[in-house]
Amino acid sequence: MKTLLILGAGTAGTIMASTLRNKLPKGEWTITLVDRAPDHYYQPGYLFMPFGIYTENDVRRPMTRTVPRGIDYREADVDRIDAAANRVLLPDGTEVPYDVLIIATGVHPAPEQVEGMVNGDWRKNVHEFYTFEGAKALTERLKSWQGGRLVVHICEMPIKCPVAPLEFTFLADAWLQEKGLREKTEIVYVTPMSGAFTKPVASGILTRLLDEKRISVVHDFAIARVDAEKKSIVSWDEKEVPYDLLVTVPPNMGAEMIDRSGLGDELNYVPTDKHTLQCKAHANIFVIGDATDCPTSKAGSVAHFESEVLTENILHFIAGQPLRSRFDGHANCFIESGHGKAFLLDFNYDQEPVTGTFPLPALGPMRLLAESRLNHLGKMAFRWVYWNILLPGWPIPLVGHKMSLRGKNIPPKEIKAAA
Amino acid sequence: MPTKTLAGTPVDTDDEGYLVNHSQWNKDVAAALAAEEGITLTDGHWKVLDFIDTDFKERSVVPGMRRLNKVGNIPTKDLYALFPDGPIKKAARISGYPKPVSCV
Ligand SMILES: Cc1cc2nc3c(=O)[nH]c(=O)nc-3n(C[C@H](O)[C@H](O)[C@H](O)COP(=O)(O)OP(=O)(O)OC[C@H]3O[C@@H](n4cnc5c(N)ncnc54)[C@H](O)[C@@H]3O)c2cc1C
Repeated sequence: MKTLLILGAGTAGTIMASTLRNKLPKGEWTITLVDRAPDHYYQPGYLFMPFGIYTENDVRRPMTRTVPRGIDYREADVDRIDAAANRVLLPDGTEVPYDVLIIATGVHPAPEQVEGMVNGDWRKNVHEFYTFEGAKALTERLKSWQGGRLVVHICEMPIKCPVAPLEFTFLADAWLQEKGLREKTEIVYVTPMSGAFTKPVASGILTRLLDEKRISVVHDFAIARVDAEKKSIVSWDEKEVPYDLLVTVPPNMGAEMIDRSGLGDELNYVPTDKHTLQCKAHANIFVIGDATDCPTSKAGSVAHFESEVLTENILHFIAGQPLRSRFDGHANCFIESGHGKAFLLDFNYDQEPVTGTFPLPALGPMRLLAESRLNHLGKMAFRWVYWNILLPGWPIPLVGHKMSLRGKNIPPKEIKAAA
Repeated sequence: MPTKTLAGTPVDTDDEGYLVNHSQWNKDVAAALAAEEGITLTDGHWKVLDFIDTDFKERSVVPGMRRLNKVGNIPTKDLYALFPDGPIKKAARISGYPKPVSCV
């Protein structure tokens, strides 16, 4: 028997286990899946918990329900990958040898990376919503909010779901209006980027939206430390932004295990071929989802598109063939904008988000880079799609891993540049 | 595409003044680009520029602050002292590389 070992049973690891179990003969291949968490979390739902839109049980399911059948599942905190010996070491000393390894251990917020962030004010006036515990604590904090300066902040890029802090800001604005607290609350959005978003067309539209909602933006802010006594965040060039409530997105780091294994870069992301998803250092290791250093969004939609490419490439690899399937960086993100509306972005390594219709030209029914109720319904339906279509590894109708240019309004300048 | 002469060398730049062709770059061009930013290059600056150069040749991307810090051993505080207001953008421009893009 041969072993295909998958580390991490989050979005990407679970999808890969589902699809490969259907493709690899049971008599020849064992698929082993390892994760340290007893539960699987629907992370996009963390955004909605603080505003009472989702409850804890909407976003959490026991692994026993999400791990597919026919998989050898182990709950363990992986200690180290010993790539030279094709084996993985678990904390109790168990060795798991592999023929092919898939790394899908994602990224996690690392607030201890910022001086003074994890101090006496942590989870009191300094919060995050990128973990289950964080979203829960913030839910409680918002219940006693009476007004003041709400600062929504990104420490450094890249972060997973890079639009989530903007969405949080828009949802907070709407929620405060409902509670009659908007006039008593000043909302400030602080980002290390030069604008609301990195890509020009989307950034322009989102900046206008922030403006309309009377949210002030501090850009090019690279945080050096949190000064809990003064209740302010301080940048490397000594700019200060005071807060009453800070909702920050800490640096997003890959698993420490990657660092211990000597496989990561300065953020513990694994250097990965951005088209084939093969680990650059070892031919029989593949990397998927947030764990890679691929220059596209770290998002569940990306993990899903990558899984189609990776499934094909692993079959090629096992058959001793060249890795023919290529990932184009396709990402598809909803941006919740408050009051039951949302935007939709669709882009890849080469094409920035533009306006248009999705997934069909003219017919849509969803509109790209424009606010609509249907986009919001799409976002809310995604939770059902996640549990019932994505994790079991079913394809999503009409939306493939290769981004389509159909229905997109591409500025003439770019068409020329691409030609 | 704008063309201009820096330190006697004709160079092509993009609209924001970043060189589009690294082969047109040399140390004198770097000094001229630095002067446009109001910076006089010292050994401290060159430590940063040299690291960016080596790293770009290896990985084809301009390293970020964390990488300069962790891999290049350049404290972020120093980086801001050497290249005030947006050190990575300035250092990238002076070292003749494209404007760094952070990922979406
Ligand atoms: C607030 C928020 C909102 C988001 N919104 C969206 C959205 O709207 N749309 C979208 O597409 N994406 C969204 N995302 C991003 C999406 O959730 C992630 O990109 C996606 O889950 C990545 O999948 P992954 O499998 O790579 O990592 P994960 O799903 O994070 O899984 C990694 C797994 O590895 C395990 N692990 C880590 N280290 C070890 C170890 N040493 N040993 C054993 N197990 C380990 C973890 O326990 C975890 O289960 C959002 C994320 C957040 C936080």
